Amino acid sequence: MNLSLSVRAAIVSVAFLVFFLAGWHIATRGTGTAANMSPEYARLMGATATQGKSAMPGPLDVGEKLWEHIKSPFYDKGPNDKGIGIQLGFSIARVLFGYLLAVALAIPLGFLIGMSPLMSKALDPYIQILKPISPLAWMPLALYTIKDSNTSAIFVIFICALWPMLINTAFGVAAVRKEWINVARTLEVGTVRRAFTVILPAAAPTILTGMRISIGIAWLVIVAAEMLVGGTGIGYFVWNEWNNLSITNVIIAILVIGLVGMVLDQILARFTRMVTFPE
Amino acid sequence: MPTFDNPFDPDRPLTSGCSCGHHATERDHQLDHQRQQLACAPVETEDKRFEGVVASAVVRAMFPQDATRRAFLKSVGASTALAAISQFFPLGTATELFAQGGALEKKDLKVGFIPITCATPIIMAHPMGFYSKQGLNVEVIKTAGWAVIRDKTLNKEYDAAHMLSPMPIAITMGVGSNAVPYAVPAIENINGQAITLSVKHKDRRDPKSWKGFKFAVPFDFSMHNYLLRYYLAEHGIDPDVDVQIRSVPPPEMVANLRADNIDGFLGPDPMNQRAVYDGVGFIHVLSKELWEGHPCCVFTASKEFITTAPNTYAALLRSILDATAFAAKAENRKQIAAAIAPANYINQPEIVLEQILTGTFADGLGSIKTDAKRVDFDPFPWESFAIWIMTQMKRWGQIKGDVDYAAVAKQVYLATDTAKLMKDAGFTPPAATTKSFSVMGKVFDPGKPEEYLNSFKIRKAS
Repeated sequence: MNLSLSVRAAIVSVAFLVFFLAGWHIATRGTGTAANMSPEYARLMGATATQGKSAMPGPLDVGEKLWEHIKSPFYDKGPNDKGIGIQLGFSIARVLFGYLLAVALAIPLGFLIGMSPLMSKALDPYIQILKPISPLAWMPLALYTIKDSNTSAIFVIFICALWPMLINTAFGVAAVRKEWINVARTLEVGTVRRAFTVILPAAAPTILTGMRISIGIAWLVIVAAEMLVGGTGIGYFVWNEWNNLSITNVIIAILVIGLVGMVLDQILARFTRMVTFPE
Repeated sequence: MPTFDNPFDPDRPLTSGCSCGHHATERDHQLDHQRQQLACAPVETEDKRFEGVVASAVVRAMFPQDATRRAFLKSVGASTALAAISQFFPLGTATELFAQGGALEKKDLKVGFIPITCATPIIMAHPMGFYSKQGLNVEVIKTAGWAVIRDKTLNKEYDAAHMLSPMPIAITMGVGSNAVPYAVPAIENINGQAITLSVKHKDRRDPKSWKGFKFAVPFDFSMHNYLLRYYLAEHGIDPDVDVQIRSVPPPEMVANLRADNIDGFLGPDPMNQRAVYDGVGFIHVLSKELWEGHPCCVFTASKEFITTAPNTYAALLRSILDATAFAAKAENRKQIAAAIAPANYINQPEIVLEQILTGTFADGLGSIKTDAKRVDFDPFPWESFAIWIMTQMKRWGQIKGDVDYAAVAKQVYLATDTAKLMKDAGFTPPAATTKSFSVMGKVFDPGKPEEYLNSFKIRKAS
């Protein structure tokens, strides 16, 4: 065995996939009893009822449908039927918008809390109460007060992405080694300059970890929010296909959501590596 | 009388009182059915239909008493009557006014809908060009649920929307939301719902044996909720005590039925037929068997939209009335099913929609049933519908205290309906706005709502 670890890991991964797909295929082959019915009646019924076909699609059905989506990801057949690529675009745009708003608020506020023990104590109860609220609990309130469904979705992203970043920033800032701040102080560095040249680089890895957690949460939330308000986005796609009880398309959407979530996470992970420093 | 009938036909009643609610007497009802079987009405042009709508209003205004009108028409003949009336009322001009209206204040509109067959007129008007015919550029937007469609309409993201017939009443009265005056200018569909039960209950067809069942209805303020409660109560089951009724969005109904979370639902189509199509449920009873001609969903707009953009509103309503008239004809139903099946609209297999709209359907128990009126389309928003809905809201504790039934009904269901369009064209709106009908054999008199309400043994203790 002179294969490297990653090659061996890849082989095991593929083996798992093949095993899973085979199991799935066998489980959904559909050997249910084909009901006895007249041809006229059967014409009016679906395949599940007539041929005893499993209600769960098999991997081949999903693959076939996936290929269709990949062939034309950007079609637009009206306001309620757009290609999966367009829907993803809508979702990503919403997530980025809400997320950047959250970044714009969380980092300065986190700095303030981290640098001032007074603010930290004063704001702590609010943060603790607001942090665990489920994103969807905000939805009716947002719809009612903001009076715009798209803005409401962005607001929900914003409010959910805010907390991990805020808490991590505050923690990172507060945990900067006292020696470094003291050195800066001896050199008579002003508060603003100190914040940017000493604290920011020192706290950056923690801040970015918070941002990475937040983007994951934002992506989780968007699907739920779009299922609720509908209109556009990958969440709406899931809802629309659920409406048609098309499990095949729902599985494809799950796959795509997972892929995009992974890509977003990896981008942030790369940024984190860029600012990490050895101590 | 259905709005699209010929008002110059002496045998046709203008007000109603039979079991189906379309005829003055039971005898007329039977005669009418025979006649319909004998003579198939040819497809009318749009102009003819408008002329018919306007003419009915005129004739109704001239002869509030049906007997007088009949006597008059019989003695002089329909063509003479038409000529005579045309002298006083320029029917041609009025029809033109009705058909064209003034300059549109706004051309790009958004109309929200829930993907169910109740919304057929709103949806089909898009692919079949009924909106564009009126010079409107309407986007029909699919919406995830009733609460969302309510909020999006209140937010003015939508100019008009598809709602359940009790919702505009609830919104106007401020039940379950802030009070905002809403109007129902047109009913979208009548009938078209059903009680669907899980296939495992196929031998338990007697409602008396349903204690402990879990049912789903689409929304608290829905005809489905009131009809299911009514049906259960008539069979001695107290819907608040003996069974559980949950509010479940239509698409989740079939999934819940499959997962055995519910025993059945009184839901909108296509979900009933979809449950049959997927082999998980069967149609126990069609809602038309409980109340022939009941309203279900409505086309609704805020009073504000109606007053700020009257011409746009009129044009929009014309497209809806026109689409509704088109959908009312059995021979057009197949074509409509094909038009509204794609993912942009209802997103269901075409065969499912075809079964619902044509009324030849698999019942889930192995037989094919035929009922051409399984779902039907008649836009006239009878005030008595609203009054009945309010009696049920009060019966089940959704509203409390004294209700001014007639006033609310007038405000929501008629103030701005088809009659307003006729008023704009210089006419007196139809005199009759209420009618009596019967629900599960029990007659409802819109003049005595409180007495009707008090006649029920099973109701929520107040």
